[in-house]
Amino acid sequence: MPTTEIAEEHPHIIVGQRRSAFSASRAALGALLLRDVTVLRKDLGIFVLRTVVQPFLLCFVFLFIFPKIGQSVGGGGAAGESAFATVLVAGVVGISIMFQGVQSVALQMSTEFGFTREIEDRVQAPCPIWLVAFEKILSGAIQGVISAAIVLPIASFVHASGVEAHLTLHWLILLTLVPLACIAMASLGLILGTSFEPRNIGMMFGFIILPITFLGGTYYQWTRLAPVQIGSFHWLQTLVLINPLIYVNEGMRASFTNVPHMHLYIIYPVLIAFCAGFLSLGLRNFRRRVLS
Amino acid sequence: MLNKMTSSTIALESATTVIRTDSLTKVYAGGDFRAVDELNLTVLTGEIFGLLGPNGAGKTTTAGMLTTRVIPTSGSALVAGVNVVSHPAIAKQFIGVVSQTNTLDRQLTVWENLYFHGRLFGMSSASSRETADRLLEQFQLSKWAKASVYALSGGMAQRLMVARSIFHSPAVLFMDEPTAGLDPQSRLALWEILQQLNGDGQTIMLTTHYMEEAEQLCDRVAIMDHGKILALDTPANLKHSVGVDTVVTIKSSGDHSLLAATLEKNVEGVTRSRTTDAGVELHVQGADRLLTRVIAACEAGGFEVADISVAEPSLETVFINLTGKELRD
Repeated sequence: MPTTEIAEEHPHIIVGQRRSAFSASRAALGALLLRDVTVLRKDLGIFVLRTVVQPFLLCFVFLFIFPKIGQSVGGGGAAGESAFATVLVAGVVGISIMFQGVQSVALQMSTEFGFTREIEDRVQAPCPIWLVAFEKILSGAIQGVISAAIVLPIASFVHASGVEAHLTLHWLILLTLVPLACIAMASLGLILGTSFEPRNIGMMFGFIILPITFLGGTYYQWTRLAPVQIGSFHWLQTLVLINPLIYVNEGMRASFTNVPHMHLYIIYPVLIAFCAGFLSLGLRNFRRRVLS
Repeated sequence: MLNKMTSSTIALESATTVIRTDSLTKVYAGGDFRAVDELNLTVLTGEIFGLLGPNGAGKTTTAGMLTTRVIPTSGSALVAGVNVVSHPAIAKQFIGVVSQTNTLDRQLTVWENLYFHGRLFGMSSASSRETADRLLEQFQLSKWAKASVYALSGGMAQRLMVARSIFHSPAVLFMDEPTAGLDPQSRLALWEILQQLNGDGQTIMLTTHYMEEAEQLCDRVAIMDHGKILALDTPANLKHSVGVDTVVTIKSSGDHSLLAATLEKNVEGVTRSRTTDAGVELHVQGADRLLTRVIAACEAGGFEVADISVAEPSLETVFINLTGKELRD
C-alpha cells in the first residue's frame, strides 16, 4: 500500500496519496468488524451467559417446573405439554434474536452516543458515516445468528421427562429467515439506540421491549389468537400485526417445527419491509445525531 | 511563458496550502445567526494555526466543518486539496482529530486503541502493530499497553488520543480545546508534544480560548468573535499591531470609571482604559517612568492605590482592543 510506505519513510509528512472511497470504505468496514469480533472474543463468557440466561429460565419454568408441579401449559397431559414446548422453543429462539439486537446494537449505541462519546471518533473513519452504523447492524446480526445457534439446542433440551419439543429443521427457510430476522432486529436496535439517551433506557425496556416481547407470539402461535375477539372482530390478532417480533417468531416456527404458522408469503415480505423501514429510519437517526 | 509561470505558481500554492476555506458559512437549524460568517482562511503546511476566541465565537463550528461533522450552509472548504463537503469520506483520510472529550474505545486496551485505528485507515496488520508499538514508546505509554483505557489519567488519555490521531499521518491534525480540563503539568507536557510533532512537520490546527496556549504554540493566530475573523497574524505581529507597550493594572477603591477617566486624561500615552472587577486597566504607549506617573495621577485624583502591576501586552490585550471585552466573558 503506497500510503503506508510513504508514511513510514517520512513520518508526519503530508501524504498526498489518496485511496479510492471504495477501497478505503472496504478497509474501514473490515476493521470495524474486526474490532467487534475482538471485543466479542474478549467477552465471550459474558456474551454466552447473557444469551443463555433468559431462554434457559423460560424453558426451565414453562417446560420443567410447570409440568413437574402439575401446572402445565398446553393442557391435556404430556401430549399437550409437548405441543406447547414445540411452540415455545421456536419463540424462545425468536426472542433471543430480538434481545441480541437490543443488547449489541441499541445499548451499545446509546452508550457510545451519550456516555463514552466513542462514536465521535468512529465517524472520523475514512468512509461514509452510514457505513459506521451499517457495520453495527451487521455485527449485531452476526451476534444474533450466533445466539440463535446457541439457544436452539438449550431450548430443546431443557424440559421435564415426557415433555418434548418436536423439532423438524427446514433448512432452506432456516438459512434465509434467521439472517433476515437478525438484520431486522439489529436495525430495530439501531432505531432504539439512536433514539434513547442512556438515562432513558429504563423507559425503552418498559414501554417498547416488554410489550414487543409479551405480544410478540413467543408463548403462543399467532394463528391461535383468533378466539380473542370483540363481536366478530379478532382485535388482538389484528393489533399484534404491527409487532415485528410476531413475524420473527412465526418465521422461527416455520423454520424449526411443523406446527401451523403464518403464511411464509406474508412473513418474508413483511420482514423485508420491516428491515427496509427500520434501516432507513435508523440510518437517518444516526446521521442526525452525528452531523449538524 | 506566462502560462508556465502561472501553473508553477499554482503548483507551489497547492503544495503549501493545506486548508483553504471560501466564504464558509454556518447557520444552525433553528438558529437565526451565523455561527460562522463568510470565513476565508488559508492554513499552510507545517504551521500550528490557532483559532482563538471566547466560547460561541465559531471556532468549534469552523473545526467541525473542516472535519466533516458540521455541514456548511454555504461556501466551500478544501483540506489537503479535497472538498470536505462533496467528498467527506475521502477528506477524512487526511484528517486527524482530537476532540474535547475522551473518545477512546473503552472496550479495548491502550495498544488496541492504536492498532485498530491503523486498520481503520487501511494499514496492514504488520504495519499497524509496528506503528502502535512505536507511538506508545514515543508517547511514553508503553507500560500501559495492555491496560484498559479506564486505567489512564486525564493527561495520559489525552496523550493516547493524540497518538491515535496522528497514527495515519494526517495532513492536518485538528485539536479542539486540547488542554481544556487538563492540570497545568499535563498542559505543559501536551504543549511540548505538539511542538515536537510540529517540529517533525505535522500541520496542526487548534481551537482555544486560552491566550497563553495560542501565544506559546501557534505560528499564526486567527482571533475570532461572532463567527468572523477579526485579526490574523503571528502572535508577535498581533501584539505589535495594537500599538501598546505596556498594560498597567491598578487595584483601587472608589469609583472605577471615574478613576479610568482621570488616568486617561492625566497620564500621557494611555491609548485605552477600561474598568475591571477590582479596578482599572490601562493600555499605554511609552513606558518611561510609567508607574510613578500613574501613582501620582491616582493620588492627585484622590484615589488610594491598593495594588499596581505592569505587563507586556498579550493576545488578550489584542482581543480587548478589537472587541472591547475580555476573552473569558
